[in-house]
Amino acid sequence: MNDLYRAIADPTRRVILDELVERDGQSLFELCGRLAMKHGIGSSRQAISQHLEVLESAGLVIVRREGRYKFHWFNGEPLRAIAERWPTKDPGETSR
Amino acid sequence: MRINICSVPVDDQAKALRFYTETLGFQKKHDIPLGEHRWLTVVSPEDPSGTELVLEPDEHPAVKPFKSALVEDGIPFTSFAVQDVGAEHERLDALGVRFTQRPTDLGAVITAVFDDTCGNLIQIAQEIHES
Repeated sequence: MNDLYRAIADPTRRVILDELVERDGQSLFELCGRLAMKHGIGSSRQAISQHLEVLESAGLVIVRREGRYKFHWFNGEPLRAIAERWPTKDPGETSR
Repeated sequence: MRINICSVPVDDQAKALRFYTETLGFQKKHDIPLGEHRWLTVVSPEDPSGTELVLEPDEHPAVKPFKSALVEDGIPFTSFAVQDVGAEHERLDALGVRFTQRPTDLGAVITAVFDDTCGNLIQIAQEIHES
């Protein structure tokens, strides 16, 4: 659980997740291009790779090899634990 | 000084010549026997006297691990300019070319990345000029 909070505490890692939600199954090269060109995040490829490892260990990113290529996929499943721990009411069922 | 050639390291020159001419649409410029290989170059039909691309044998033992590492991370070996990335993607996809990155709008440029079947990824890029 701590891995999850640590993973989403970093703004660059949140942008990585945003970009994977926009298009799932990206190479490291594509992700770095999007971060640099769309968000002005000039981190090195090595740094982005390390961010991806943190996201992967939290279960938020899944890495799949297809032949000689490696792609990164978003997995929102671990986030469910947050909503279950602090449930939010629907707008219609406010307690006042 | 000017840049007249650049090269891509290919695992098979005959296969590379087929892909770079028949699939991509470049034209053969030089094909000169050179020991067990050939000095083999192609040019763009849009610029036949322009920069030549050498289809160079990737024999050196350091080249293959280098190429594999680039391919794993999706990094293209080189990049070609196109008028319309979307149209090229559609054309090449119909010919069975494998894309590791579909057309992606990065603001100043639209890019896509495909596999050249000879051990490299290649980027195509379309510059966006604001009107």
